[in-house]
Amino acid sequence: MTAFFNTTVGLPYGFAWFLATIIGILLIALPLMLAVAMIIYADRKIWAAMALRRGPNVVGPFGLLQSFADGLKVFLQETIVPAASNKALFLLAPIITFTVALIVWAVVPFQVGVVLADINVGLLYVLAASSLGVYGIILAGWASNSKYPFFSAIRAAAQMVSYEVAIGFVIISVVMWAGSFNLTAIVEAQKGLYGFVNGFGFNPLLFPMAVVFLISALAETQRAPFDLTEAESELVAGYQTEYSSMAFALYWLGEYANVLLMCALNATLFWGGYLPPFDWAPLYVVPGIIWLFAKILFFFFVFSWIKATVPRYRYDQLMRLGWKVFLPLSLFWVFLVSGVLMLMRVGV
Amino acid sequence: MIQAIAFYLFAAVVLISGAMTISSRNPVHSVLWLILAFFNAAGLMVLVGAEFIAMLLVIVYVGAVAVLFLFVVMMLDIDFAELRAGFVRYFGIGLVLAVALVCEILIGVFAWSAGGIDLARRAAPSEATVPNIVQIGNLLYSRYLFVFEGAGLVLLVAMIGAIVLTHRERSGARYQNIARQIARRPQDATRNMKPDVGQGVQL
Repeated sequence: MTAFFNTTVGLPYGFAWFLATIIGILLIALPLMLAVAMIIYADRKIWAAMALRRGPNVVGPFGLLQSFADGLKVFLQETIVPAASNKALFLLAPIITFTVALIVWAVVPFQVGVVLADINVGLLYVLAASSLGVYGIILAGWASNSKYPFFSAIRAAAQMVSYEVAIGFVIISVVMWAGSFNLTAIVEAQKGLYGFVNGFGFNPLLFPMAVVFLISALAETQRAPFDLTEAESELVAGYQTEYSSMAFALYWLGEYANVLLMCALNATLFWGGYLPPFDWAPLYVVPGIIWLFAKILFFFFVFSWIKATVPRYRYDQLMRLGWKVFLPLSLFWVFLVSGVLMLMRVGV
Repeated sequence: MIQAIAFYLFAAVVLISGAMTISSRNPVHSVLWLILAFFNAAGLMVLVGAEFIAMLLVIVYVGAVAVLFLFVVMMLDIDFAELRAGFVRYFGIGLVLAVALVCEILIGVFAWSAGGIDLARRAAPSEATVPNIVQIGNLLYSRYLFVFEGAGLVLLVAMIGAIVLTHRERSGARYQNIARQIARRPQDATRNMKPDVGQGVQL
């Protein structure tokens, strides 16, 4: 797009780049917000269906406009800042969460070459940005100056840091197999596994890591069954307790944008990203972005399914799973994968 | 042009947030300013083309170390009057340290303006086309293998040391044994009895 503005329209390179990047950001962020609104609706519908309820069905046809009605409602609410809170940080925290949820999408490839920032440390960028996400929650908990948000912040800090370790090792296994940190290169490396499937997840060696990644992603985004940070039976609403109006909406949007991102990463790292699931020529007629969205939606369905059916973990169980099960398992898998890779090189 | 703007932006924010780190009253704010400084230092790294180091800086320092700092500092109960009393006491030592640091910076600036280090004669000259993850990897696993393994060993020792120092066996604490819970069957734990009326059961 930079080339288009530079040569066809005739703008100077710097300005063309700037314009192209801004348009790229808008092209990702605006549909993403729409997707988040619809996915909240889908989440509630799936959850309701599994509980044999109807779910939102009043606003618009089939209740499709429910999320927009909710959005309008919170938009018209008064922003209440508690008197004893640390005002600057209190208002900064949701902005951090929301921003971090959006910036990671810059490196997700939607098609060959259709990516906002095709950097060669793409996956490290994802890790770096997602490790920032914890600040939004810690700051919210501390700045609210209220005990339930604070408990929630402490839980969130330990939980997110713990599962990030497992995610890091899973990512290392994938990176070793693909030989690159660039997400596009990782997707391309998954093409034609065994000659007919696209995706590392079909490889029995890497499949366990796909499972570990999926569960860690649940913990990282604080979805059920790991939603201890907003366990309503213990902590009211966790770190969001003191928030209202748009600040609350930013958490809501950021949380679902993060969930979508984790689904996208799962699809990209293990299930072929924008490639069709099978390496069969007619399937490539369908644009890659459709395949990616189909995979994202499938994993989102899995997330909702888990949310509807699995009871919440206890905190010590959560920590045990992170440190005593996933960490050794994923660490062992790093050794295993590198060992297998070395063995494969012996013949060459 | 844009590089210059980005450089001065990042550098200015690093300096300002560094100053705010030591001058802000609230320790939590201090840690947050420190995080901002780390983050902008990562920006500077990106500008010099060391994107790998930049990402590591964010992942390790911002994502892990600073979270732990924040975690600890948030729970501290700090008495500001006591802190200010300490200020007078440690003023002398602090001044000496500050002067030493300023001298070092000045020496560095003079040495650099006297010619600097020839980048082409570095131990490992970098090529612009190879991504720097690959370059660092090649060097770490060939030329600096033993130093790298040594660093790994030091980290391992530090890790084990930290666990040994903080781990304490609490007597009387009851731990959940998950394997035992799963292995437990209804027939081990329950008995079906048909006691006669007025007899009760023996446990």
